[in-house]
Amino acid sequence: MAGPGNIPPSASDTGYRSLIGPLLLPTWAVIGIFMVLPVLLMAVYSFLTKEFRGGVIWDFTLAAYDQFFVTRGLFGDEPAQIEWTYINIFWRSIWQAGLATILCLLIGFPTAWFIATRPAQTRGLWLFLITIPYWVNLLIRTVSLKFLIRDNGPLNESLMAIGLIDGPLPLVNTNLAVQLGLFYSYLPFMVLPIYAAVERYNFALSEAAADLYASRWATLREIVLPVVKPGIIAGCILVFVPSLGAFLAPDLLGGAKTFMIGSLIDEQFKGSQGDWPFGAAVAMILMTLVLIVLLLYARAQTRGATR
Amino acid sequence: MKKLLLTTAFLASPAFAEGELKVYHWFEYIPEDLVQKFEAETGIDVTIDTYDSNEAMLAALKAGKLGQYDVAVPADFMVGIMAADGMLDSYTPEEMPNHANIAPQWMDVPFDPARTHSIPYQWGSTSFAVNRDVYAGDISSLAIMFDPPAELQGKINVLDSQNEVLILGSLYLGIPQCTQDRAQLKALNDMLLNAKQHWASFGSDIAKDVLVSGDAAAGMIYNGFSAKARAEGANVEYSYPKEGHVLWMDNVVLLKDAPNRDNALKFMNFLLEPENAAAVTNYAAYTSGVTGVEPFLDDAIKNSPENNPPAGITPGVFAQACDQETQQLYDAIWTNLKK
Repeated sequence: MAGPGNIPPSASDTGYRSLIGPLLLPTWAVIGIFMVLPVLLMAVYSFLTKEFRGGVIWDFTLAAYDQFFVTRGLFGDEPAQIEWTYINIFWRSIWQAGLATILCLLIGFPTAWFIATRPAQTRGLWLFLITIPYWVNLLIRTVSLKFLIRDNGPLNESLMAIGLIDGPLPLVNTNLAVQLGLFYSYLPFMVLPIYAAVERYNFALSEAAADLYASRWATLREIVLPVVKPGIIAGCILVFVPSLGAFLAPDLLGGAKTFMIGSLIDEQFKGSQGDWPFGAAVAMILMTLVLIVLLLYARAQTRGATR
Repeated sequence: MKKLLLTTAFLASPAFAEGELKVYHWFEYIPEDLVQKFEAETGIDVTIDTYDSNEAMLAALKAGKLGQYDVAVPADFMVGIMAADGMLDSYTPEEMPNHANIAPQWMDVPFDPARTHSIPYQWGSTSFAVNRDVYAGDISSLAIMFDPPAELQGKINVLDSQNEVLILGSLYLGIPQCTQDRAQLKALNDMLLNAKQHWASFGSDIAKDVLVSGDAAAGMIYNGFSAKARAEGANVEYSYPKEGHVLWMDNVVLLKDAPNRDNALKFMNFLLEPENAAAVTNYAAYTSGVTGVEPFLDDAIKNSPENNPPAGITPGVFAQACDQETQQLYDAIWTNLKK
């Protein structure tokens, strides 16, 4: 990143260059063992033959990918057609993750801005307050959220008590509840990177823009946004990617009535279907999609840097 | 509290001398004080990991956990599957002094003839329960789940378990399990898709809680869970529907390559002691498969309507393990239902 806050390495740093290689070894080992190896294993499994009730047979096949994209009817003897079932599940998950990202951005940006513009000595406290709920396990927070919004939960009870509504709002087991859960789970991932970007922003630039008769809107668009853009993009990725594979919120708040990508994969390993190659294939397709998004981001970044 | 902790620590401390026991068990299915009693009696240190479905347990064992656990608690059909896959170790009745306590009707079972891999843990049934404050009408049919009356529409929780949902659906339509008949499977598929619009949620571990909290007014449920929901204040009635219900028996099995085989046998023997089997029943509200438990049972459990079905009900059926080709059809129906 070549943001304005970054300091280029000075000549005196180069003496340490020779040390960098050995010092990075543990990092490479961790990445290799805990990331590359499992992904490779998953890639291989996705091309193997399914063993009945879990497990794989070491015969290479494209069956798992074929199952994802092609259907031949319930009994497998109709002419091959495009299988929309799984594409729809992906589309629903992407749509849901995208919406959660936008929601987080709409709330997260003003929040980050607010914190970054507080006096330096109180910023730590505000950040601390943001992180407090996240000391509690995600599962417990999701269940608590369900308690709050259920038909006879405190939210509906108090709304009814003050006479705003006659009957309980049906919130639990809806897409709205899932959105709320995702938004609540991932909001700090949006706030923190944007905060980091806004904090580095030199507010004298805004004053200069105002002195030069830029409207507030023009200042935001032309001066502020380009500077904090890396923070926004990083925040969006950090919210979008985990939302895409989330299954706690859809299961607990949405009622698990429809598969999300996460629960579809989960079912292949933990459900009756025991179809490991298919689960691996779905995970690979999901990872490919995420990689494409990240590559687009990297390209946008380099283009922004060379401009 | 501190005293209790100290006592526990004291009781647990000789454990290392006697080794340990690794149990792979269902969630919320064994009372903590019973585990402590076993630890105190034997000095064995017990570790329990939990799962929420037979299939999840099988998958974890297949993925490399076999050899790390000593015992697991699969249901009837799953014992058969695991035995066929060579995942179970066997014992002789001489190794287990309490073996004779197994109730005669549960001794020679099809999934483990003469009981050499497993012992009965608890058995019970799966059908559905209805909150009588919400719906006072007739609940003697599975139509309550699959074609619900207006009062219950949108207020039904369904078990998130392919096996149980598809078997109850088949019972409702009167079609056999593991059928390959196209018309029957198509009918099952269509019936479920149509019923889904009336369902609020899918969930197994929440099946009791949603009835207690009022999130659901009716739901597929295990009989013991229904009794517990009532004990926790929900005015629910468990149905033994006229179309039939699902019967199951959970069994403690001796796993192949158990790291602590001797301790596993001690644990199984301990669970066949009537007083201990009754403690599980008093906690889980099902029925044990051990003779002589009656004096130790709580009255509420002994007399619960869930455990005392009225005379003349349609008998329950055990789940069958289908062959691969047939199972794929049922898998497709389930995916269809949740797509």
